[in-house]
Amino acid sequence: MLRYSLRRLVSAIPTLFVLIAVAFFMMRAAPGGPFDLERSLPPEIEANLRAAYRLDDPLWLQFARYLGGILRGDFGPSFQYRDFTVTELIATGFPVSLRLGASAILLALVIGVTAGSIAALKQNRVTDHVVMTVSMTGISIPNFVMAPILILVFAIHLRWLPAGGWGDGALRNMVLPVIALALPQIAYIARLTRGSMIEVLRSNFIRTAKAQGLSTTAILLKHALKPALLPVVSYLGPATAAVITGSVVIEQIFGVPGIGRFFVQGALNRDYTLVMGVVVFYGMLIIAFNFLVDLAYAWLDPKVKYS
Amino acid sequence: MKKLAFLTCSLLAMLAACSSDYAPSGPIGGESGTELAERQVIHIGNGTDPQTLDPHRAQGVPESNIGRSLFEGLVAEAPNGDLIPGVAESWEISEDGKTYTFHLRANARWSNGDPVTAGDFVYGMRRSVDPKTLSVYSFILAPIENANAIIAGDLPPEELGVAAIDDRTLEIRLENPTPYFLGLLTHSASYAVHPPSVEAHGDAFTRPGNLVSNGAYQLAEWVVQSHVKLVKNPYYWDADSVTIEEAYFHATEDVAAELKRFRAGELDMTNTIPKSQLGWIRENMPDRLVIAPYLGSYYYGLNTTKPPLDSPALRRALSLAIDRDIITKQITASGELSAYSWIPPTIANYGGGVEMPEASWTQAEREAEARRLYAQAGYSAENPLRLEILYNTHDDHRRIAVAIASMWRNVLGVEATLVNQEWKVYLDTRNQKKTQVFRAGWIGDYNDPYTFAEIAHSKSELNDFGYDNPEYDRLLALAAAETDLEKRAEILKQAERRLLDDMPLIPLYFYVTAKMVQPWVQGYEANIMDHFRVQDLKILKH
Repeated sequence: MLRYSLRRLVSAIPTLFVLIAVAFFMMRAAPGGPFDLERSLPPEIEANLRAAYRLDDPLWLQFARYLGGILRGDFGPSFQYRDFTVTELIATGFPVSLRLGASAILLALVIGVTAGSIAALKQNRVTDHVVMTVSMTGISIPNFVMAPILILVFAIHLRWLPAGGWGDGALRNMVLPVIALALPQIAYIARLTRGSMIEVLRSNFIRTAKAQGLSTTAILLKHALKPALLPVVSYLGPATAAVITGSVVIEQIFGVPGIGRFFVQGALNRDYTLVMGVVVFYGMLIIAFNFLVDLAYAWLDPKVKYS
Repeated sequence: MKKLAFLTCSLLAMLAACSSDYAPSGPIGGESGTELAERQVIHIGNGTDPQTLDPHRAQGVPESNIGRSLFEGLVAEAPNGDLIPGVAESWEISEDGKTYTFHLRANARWSNGDPVTAGDFVYGMRRSVDPKTLSVYSFILAPIENANAIIAGDLPPEELGVAAIDDRTLEIRLENPTPYFLGLLTHSASYAVHPPSVEAHGDAFTRPGNLVSNGAYQLAEWVVQSHVKLVKNPYYWDADSVTIEEAYFHATEDVAAELKRFRAGELDMTNTIPKSQLGWIRENMPDRLVIAPYLGSYYYGLNTTKPPLDSPALRRALSLAIDRDIITKQITASGELSAYSWIPPTIANYGGGVEMPEASWTQAEREAEARRLYAQAGYSAENPLRLEILYNTHDDHRRIAVAIASMWRNVLGVEATLVNQEWKVYLDTRNQKKTQVFRAGWIGDYNDPYTFAEIAHSKSELNDFGYDNPEYDRLLALAAAETDLEKRAEILKQAERRLLDDMPLIPLYFYVTAKMVQPWVQGYEANIMDHFRVQDLKILKH
């Protein structure tokens, strides 16, 4: 297990390197630059700015310097936020994004697994159809459509919850963005759980359990849930990625000060360092999370052994 | 399935009930109509996130909005936009218009209690033009003696023509008489900063806890991508007449979300409105919509540096073939004025401005003239002009480009293709003059015709249409040296007539600003610069 973990960690290095290189050179290849303004800057001022951000060095040297910075945990100065460094921005934005994303994943797991299991138990009955139709709707409505609908209903008409803002992560501010972000995932997870649960419920060991006279609840919780969760666990990797990309839109709509917004604004403003910072940071996060998912898989499925 | 149908129906019913927007519980302002709310807190939608709170590095509107409440310049602006004394309580201008002497208030204080001195302004302005500050708006101070040479790095900042005669007397010497100079002193590039805190904290002097400001408010919180919170500065010289205690400037780059937060009662003022919702707003909350003329021109630049648009006759034909009223009445439709001149007629120091001679014609007459000029330039149905219109990706710009392309086709037979590019790509294409026709807009930096006139100068950084007319440049230089305001206006009008004859840019309309303001916000007045200060506002009981 330890050797496997080490090997996985080492193999993450080239992946990250490729990610950083591609992002770095693609960002620089984009036409226009951070100092392109409607009123072009006087040449002396542009020269000063370029020198201050060391944009005049050859590209490979800038790349090498950037890599060196990352190793020291320094993502460089932001072009757009002139009073902050990228490391500071990520440090303030990430706790917010983490809270939003983790809550969404947790909510999606709890509701998705519950709804999926119920649907599996009531296969082809009304409850099943309702769960499946609602989840199909959840999957097909993109979150940039769902979010404004939620705001319209719960913030403007019912006036139960705020329409935007973060309020330092107060529960009432979190409800709508978390739901909007979790909805498509709830739907996916419910469908996955239902499918695998139906399969598990038909297997021999469950039939044996039934024959022993165990209650449905006991069978479900003690025997069926663990194997039925395998596909859900392996979906958690992609789900994290989806929640991260989804948060870019959700943070914008709800005015949540997370790092997803930095990515959009950074790309539009050609804030090279800010975009790179978010890409590298999220890249590391997704790699780490996929690794954790694989470990969890080994724990859930005795057939999986890593060596 | 019935349950599902029920759920869907009730959801739709809730959506249809469009009458439950936030509404005050009692009459606004209580019985008297002027009663103030107990909590004087204002929430303002401020557009995109401010990039910096350093007044000398600020470049965008969101930063300036906050800056006006955080800092106070020598001169300030009243709610209607008129210039009023700021830190300077009075001033004198020398005969030749080149030396300004400001007398600072004895009771002007920084937010830590230190007095605001003339030396602080000297320090601030030197810092602003110092190339090391990396300011992109230092050109605002260009009229001051030696400023251009300092910005270019040829002279040290100490050579700037600004001197503290004593703690309360500041002298500024200009290169040329500049009648709009007082207006420039409301711009953040001219603000003082608190020297000890800048020296102590360096680039981090703008952080909450570090920032010392001299305006009606001081910085309490700055959560990037969320809000900037200001609280009243107890040391402000006019603190007694400041009513609002706390002001939140929220980052609201998503305009649709901003309107929703306004409708939910979370915002007292918005930065703008989503244009697509204008009809709905007019129908449902017309009393909260504030539309006002704005000091800006929307135009099409024509690349005069290469054929076919190097021909003035052809450029005039293209201009005359456009029915501007269709654009302002049916496409933008927010009260914009059709433009028959480059400089907005409402601008100060310009006596009403000029118009192109065809302004008084009917559109049919203009089109007849357009066809004549088009034929004169050598084009016909068999040999049509082919053009490319470049615009930055945005629905409003696309709709205008489609309309103009079809007007050109119907009136002249021009075959125009549309190209859209993302903002930074578009700027790059434009700056490199790889264009034929490009959409653009210009918002004046100060309330004087020169901020528009200078754009067409052959050396201007905004002259992406490549206009190069020595006579025009000469007239601008003449205007810069003229001390008599009326004579100066005449010279600038002569220059603008020249520009309209040559038509390197086609003015289309003059901008308006549109925002939502709750009825309990008192003291807000729309003005042509779209400037406001929180200290002039009050929250009525609601």
